[in-house]
Amino acid sequence: MPDTVLFYVFSAVAIGASLLVIGQRNPMYSIMLLIASFGALSALYIQLDAPFVAVAQIIVYAGAIMVLFLFVVMLLNAPQEDAAQWDRAHPLRRPGVSRFGAMLAALLTVQLVWALLRVNDGSAAVGARGDVAELTSVRSVGRVLFTDYVFAFEATSILILVAMVGAVVLAAREEQR
Amino acid sequence: MDQATLRFVIQLGIIGLTFFMLINASALLVLAERKIMGFMQQRYGPYLVGPHGLLQPLADILKLLFKEELRPKGADKWLFTLAPMISVTAAFAAFAAVPWGAETTFFGLLDTPVKLGVADVNVAVLVVFAITSMGVYGIVLAGWSSNSKYSLLGGLRSSAQMISYELAYATALASVIMLAGSLSLRSVVDAQAGYWFGFIPRWYLFLQPVGFIIYVIAGVAETNRAPFDFPEAEQELVAGYNTEYSSVRFALFPQAEYINMTTMSAVATDLYLGGWHGPLLERWGLGWVWFLIKVGVILFAYIWVRWTVPRYRYDQLMQFGWKWLFPAAVLNLIATAAFILYFNA
Repeated sequence: MPDTVLFYVFSAVAIGASLLVIGQRNPMYSIMLLIASFGALSALYIQLDAPFVAVAQIIVYAGAIMVLFLFVVMLLNAPQEDAAQWDRAHPLRRPGVSRFGAMLAALLTVQLVWALLRVNDGSAAVGARGDVAELTSVRSVGRVLFTDYVFAFEATSILILVAMVGAVVLAAREEQR
Repeated sequence: MDQATLRFVIQLGIIGLTFFMLINASALLVLAERKIMGFMQQRYGPYLVGPHGLLQPLADILKLLFKEELRPKGADKWLFTLAPMISVTAAFAAFAAVPWGAETTFFGLLDTPVKLGVADVNVAVLVVFAITSMGVYGIVLAGWSSNSKYSLLGGLRSSAQMISYELAYATALASVIMLAGSLSLRSVVDAQAGYWFGFIPRWYLFLQPVGFIIYVIAGVAETNRAPFDFPEAEQELVAGYNTEYSSVRFALFPQAEYINMTTMSAVATDLYLGGWHGPLLERWGLGWVWFLIKVGVILFAYIWVRWTVPRYRYDQLMQFGWKWLFPAAVLNLIATAAFILYFNA
């Protein structure tokens, strides 16, 4: 019973915070709400008996990536989106763009509903509770990552390395001038 | 009272005690810091309030409570209030995963032993790391929301510094985790029980001397303490991120800093100094006394460093973090992995 109540509380926080993220005019508020949403998600992972995934979610998303976001917003000193600025002339307000966006959203909804209907029995899909804990333990995640998915894992790390070198090169070129 | 109720009450008591001790730790550290500073500068330090100035922290808190709360005109109302709360909440929450004593039955009071510590998490090392890294938001938001250039610079410096030193910190942690083969702080501590050759304690300090040094240096940088206290460098930034704060809101920042220091020292004790294992006391079920002593020694070193080592320059800090500390931590990790493979194969 308390589990169910907590599940609904955390789900409500996650969904509510995510909705508020796109409703904010101040990017700082959006970032804080996104962090709150990640926190609620991580609590849901803990309820699923996957503490490692939960902690990884906090460390990687809430801890590292969002700090970078915050850093960038502070450095660029992004102005608040005033109601006056957000006028009809904004490129996102053009009818063609809006219609395309609405179509994408509808497509996503259909896809989500379809996917959710297919997995009608959650317990059968992911196995018993004990299996989940075993599946998401640090040991098994590490083993799978470095055996079955080692190519994808290494490819991703090289991709990130390339992105980093690219960023350094771009930043250094500015200085040489 | 039956066993189940007794157990529940004792568990609650342990949680309450941990909270109480943390609050007191910050008060005692304020006093210790000023007393030790006084000693190192050949003067008395606070000694008028209470016997030998023992009640000085209480006087400080009362003074801060009665101060007027100010908020700059251009400050962001919500984030300005939220920032100190995030700081202090993260500081308290991080300690929840730190065990501070062995299993005990309280001298036969309970039939099954209870673990000393708030929560026994099987990924405790990561939990502590994750929650401490949340603390940076408090400082960054305080810097940004104050609408003051000194605060903003302090907040920016802090976020850059914490991102840089978290890497070395986490890599040093990984070496110990590999040695112990577990992410649970309790199993890491238990892996350090006993002695080599009958007299050298099996602490990871002796297997990981480089890792310990890296951990401590990164820990000092993570808690924004001198010689890495750039976020609040007085000569350049007035007081850094907390320049515009006053009253209780101001008090929360140093409190968070002192609790973070305590957590950092407690984790260092668990990871490198054998936690609650030690001669004699452990046999009588008083292992936690050893834990307190070890944490106290590290905290003393923290304060000692603050009053003897001058502050670096900001570019030196970044250079040291990225070009020396992080590579050293990675080399240490590789060496540890090779060591484990060689001796276990």
